[in-house]
Amino acid sequence: MTTVEAFQAAFDAAVAADERIEPRDWMPEAYRASLVRQMAQHAHSEIIGMQPEANWITRAPSLRRKAILMAKVQDEAGHGLYLYSAAETLGTSREELLDKLHTGRQKYSSIFNYPTLTWADVGAIGWLVDGAAITNQVPLCRCSYGPYARAMVRICKEESFHQRQGYELLLTLSKGTPAQHEMAQDAVNRWWWPSLMMFGPPDDASAHSAQSMAWKIKRHSNDELRRRFVDICVPQAESLGLTLPDPDLRWNEELGRYDFGPIDWSEFQQVLKGNGPCNEQRLDRRRRAHEEGAWVREAAAAYATKHGARPGRPGEHPPEGRPAGRTHRERPEKPAEETGTRAEETGTHVEAAV
Amino acid sequence: MTAPWHSAALALGDDALVLSHRLGEWAGRAPVLEEEVALANIALDLLGQARILLSLVGDEDELAYLRDERSFRNLHLVEQPGGDFAHTIARQLYFSTYQRFLYERLASSDSEFTALAAKAVKEVAYHQDHAEHWTLRLGDGTAESHERMRRACEALWTFTAEMFQPVEGLDAVDFPALEERWLDSVASVLERATLTVPDGPRSRAWTAGAGRQGLHTEPFGRMLAEMQHLHRSHPGASW
Amino acid sequence: MSNQGDWPLWEVFVRSRRGLSHTHAGSLHAPDAEMALRNARDLYTRRNEGVSIWVVESAAITATSPDEKDPFFAPAADKPYRHPTFYEIPEGVKHL
Repeated sequence: MTTVEAFQAAFDAAVAADERIEPRDWMPEAYRASLVRQMAQHAHSEIIGMQPEANWITRAPSLRRKAILMAKVQDEAGHGLYLYSAAETLGTSREELLDKLHTGRQKYSSIFNYPTLTWADVGAIGWLVDGAAITNQVPLCRCSYGPYARAMVRICKEESFHQRQGYELLLTLSKGTPAQHEMAQDAVNRWWWPSLMMFGPPDDASAHSAQSMAWKIKRHSNDELRRRFVDICVPQAESLGLTLPDPDLRWNEELGRYDFGPIDWSEFQQVLKGNGPCNEQRLDRRRRAHEEGAWVREAAAAYATKHGARPGRPGEHPPEGRPAGRTHRERPEKPAEETGTRAEETGTHVEAAV
Repeated sequence: MTAPWHSAALALGDDALVLSHRLGEWAGRAPVLEEEVALANIALDLLGQARILLSLVGDEDELAYLRDERSFRNLHLVEQPGGDFAHTIARQLYFSTYQRFLYERLASSDSEFTALAAKAVKEVAYHQDHAEHWTLRLGDGTAESHERMRRACEALWTFTAEMFQPVEGLDAVDFPALEERWLDSVASVLERATLTVPDGPRSRAWTAGAGRQGLHTEPFGRMLAEMQHLHRSHPGASW
Repeated sequence: MSNQGDWPLWEVFVRSRRGLSHTHAGSLHAPDAEMALRNARDLYTRRNEGVSIWVVESAAITATSPDEKDPFFAPAADKPYRHPTFYEIPEGVKHL
């Protein structure tokens, strides 16, 4: 057996045994590329996904809702950060990934190319879009790549707050004045089908699905997750007192699940190609934020260099992801407290300030 | 609204409410993702303070959404629109330094605000720390950032005297002493940031104390129009 | 686009409560250590999950490489006498 074959065998065995692959393990190039693509797309979705909701922060109709919405949009920035970090363990810097987003070489979830036209859209996004995302993401907590799985554990914990607040928001509207009820119904009408599209193309048309499942990056097929989501949503919609805009939706006694109508995949393809209602607007705003922030990032970097506040070598990235990887042992545990000096000297330790 | 401390609660509550709103405008636009999180934390702290303060006086939503411009008691400093990141940092430096010293004082004297101030002062200390760190980095970063920070500090300087006009219901606060402390603290940060203390006037013809009297600058009306529109469009509705 | 503004990557360790060790929480970018600590506080403890934070620049960590797994960790695996379950204690002996 050649070395590569031996590595491949070890990798396959680890995946088969449900062990996690960690950053510096050998992995097939295609596995690495597939992971970077998926994690990047996921991270981009989080930060582009801030925009449709941030659209309502300044108009939130009560102070309680305003606080909740700010916290939610903040979480999305945080989720983006966790995911970029996970992607960076494979040796691709956040700067590179952002550049690919800004130049259209990497995608984000098409759902965020739909506009938030009313306040109820904030609720619909929480209930349906975050609900679909959770259905997609919970299995990712067991994804074969360790850093991705760990990021997802943290994210899923926080996402359930997002979904519940959306549901509660819609419930309040649905039970409110007739105008509020109508607003809620209208939002659900507009967001239902795009949410179903979030699970991706049908299994027989999905380019990456089969391989991703074999690698245990993905655990369930697109159609399987989509069906699961529909089954969850139908009774939830009933409790909301709202209807789902699908005349074909009915319980199938034989299969023990809901049948639903055909999805308009031509719309999905159009939005994916850039012809959605907000594609340009979302990307433009993201690019502008990045460009307008350049002077700030440069200023902080210049300050750090001037004041020697950066212990490492500026701008240096370990070639194979991180850590830098020499052949020494890991640093002994508890570096700061036991010696009592290092932390204070470098100012990198804070106790009880959080 | 009768007791003198009611007007104080409104003044402090409106400051926090309006500044939180302005910081919320950064969502999705911050210079770097880490800063999205930081600015949102500060905005959320301030909104929390605003809700407690307004609730001392009445229903928080009625006060936030159904008062007209002339009934708001916030400072002109906090209502100024956007500007670049340097403007945000300069405003945070000026305001959080003021708020910290004020709340320290309130936390140590016995009033309706003691408990609130004791909790808020920890949050505000963090806001001040954030502003200070960024002032140093922008002032002493690149030539461009230095210039932007200088301009921002000067532009907002004219709104800083207003903070030290006596507020009805805060009789325990020695505002002239507070102002002296504020000037020392801000000057020291600016100096470390290689910036100079602006030499322009710290108030305009009728601006000193005007916000506290309900006289605001033009952009504030548009801010309120945006903030209140949805709530006012559905009278009596719950959200 | 300029790369002058690229900030290095930092690893974040959080002590979630007193009595526990710091645990790796994730990473983030920051221009320097002071800002890294603040960013870490905002990001990884915004739901009160911590009492203490360490940050260290990722490039400063030296780690074992997976290929060395055997020489590094194998010797310990055949030393069962390091584990308490190796020793049989007569019944009735307490506090041991």
